[in-house]
Amino acid sequence: MKKLLLPATLVAAMLIPTFANAADYIIDTKGAHASINFKVSHLGYSFIQGRFNTFDGKFSFDPKNISASKVTVNVDTSSLDSNHAERDKHIKSGDFINASKFSTAKFVSTTASPKADGGLTISGDLTLHGVTKAITIDAHFIGEGKDPWGGYRAGFQGTTRLQLADFAIPVMGSSSYVDMELHVEGVRL
Amino acid sequence: MSKVVKQYNSSAKFLHWTSALLIVALFLLGLWMVDLTYYNQWYKIAPYWHKSIGLCLLALTLFRLIWKIITTAPPIEGKKWEIQSAKLAHAAIYLILFCIFISGYMISTADGRPIELFNWFLVPGFGSFFDNQEDIAGVIHFYLAVTLITLSTVHALAALKHHFINKDNTLNKMLRFK
Ligand code: HEM
Ligand code: HEM
Repeated sequence: MKKLLLPATLVAAMLIPTFANAADYIIDTKGAHASINFKVSHLGYSFIQGRFNTFDGKFSFDPKNISASKVTVNVDTSSLDSNHAERDKHIKSGDFINASKFSTAKFVSTTASPKADGGLTISGDLTLHGVTKAITIDAHFIGEGKDPWGGYRAGFQGTTRLQLADFAIPVMGSSSYVDMELHVEGVRL
Repeated sequence: MSKVVKQYNSSAKFLHWTSALLIVALFLLGLWMVDLTYYNQWYKIAPYWHKSIGLCLLALTLFRLIWKIITTAPPIEGKKWEIQSAKLAHAAIYLILFCIFISGYMISTADGRPIELFNWFLVPGFGSFFDNQEDIAGVIHFYLAVTLITLSTVHALAALKHHFINKDNTLNKMLRFK
């Protein structure tokens, strides 16, 4: 079954019509078919899951020319939501991400390269808490095609680990890093 | 027939001095608790006390206003402008207090969670009325608290001035417990 998967994907990729060349997509935040989630250790005993509710972005993607892919995302840091208002207030305060001073976080890709396992590696610059740092997102193309409402969509998921110290965000106890889980669906322009 | 009263009644005195004590305590507790680090042993209990005592003060203040309406207070002494500023300051104190109660409530309940009043019962939360409510209400809560403490200080200085400089009945009528 697994052996068939790769050829099947390749065949499917070849069947994609030629107009799919490096198409531009708007990330579907309007319909909330995209989410920026984070996971942080709590005391080293479990994890807290949260997300950023407000962001926007766009990407270019051509399944036949992965390296031409590009993505930019802007995140409103004050939209942090861990499902607990008092905790959100604390995380957004100057003790941590200082959302009133650094109100946006931005990711701009620099390179994208296909991986052997069918995934792709997206490298780029993340600006967070006023610090710009190169990061790498481990991404997977999930699927693309027509949607039932006359549009055309493509979607990905990605993960990356951010070291808080890299972005000058104070480290507290065991919470030295954040695992990001990204789900991105774009509507083709 | 209304007779002229020279003293605030004992309940009014008790309410005034208890409130004054609680307000100063809540202010200091508030400033202290927001600076605690997550691993501090007071991190959870201090806000729990702040909110619980704050809500008790709200109940006390509501009762105080009803009490103020149904009982007679002694006349305020001083020049016309002093009487008017005293009245204005007292009204402002009550108004600011209620805005502090509301903003404090709006911080904690922005996610719809109730506020625990000690372990007696839960005060229900109604969620957010606008974006980033916990942050905005927090900033308002802080500045109003600072304003209240500043105003109360001026108020206390005025009372002391009447007592020691004018040597009138102002402070005595709030002080003497029979
Ligand atoms: C209904 C009553 C009250 C409630 C529910 C309440 C709730 C809160 C909450 C949730 C916080 C934020 C804690 C945090 O950021 O982790 C806070 C902070 C604070 N509160 Fe209250 N509070 C109340 C009454 C008062 C009163 C009467 C005062 C005194 C004047 C006061 C003074 C403060 C101060 C000074 C802070 C720190 C603000 C800062 O530095 O950001 N609070 N309160
Ligand atoms: C946080 C501190 C305080 C607050 C919030 C506060 C608030 C008030 C309020 C609202 C009234 C008007 C009572 C009414 O409704 O009739 C009042 C009256 C009074 N307060 Fe305070 N007070 C505080 C501290 C003090 C202190 C420290 C003193 C004394 C040094 C003081 C002396 C008086 C006096 C003498 C009156 C009566 C004024 C008059 O009727 O002529 N208060 N206070």
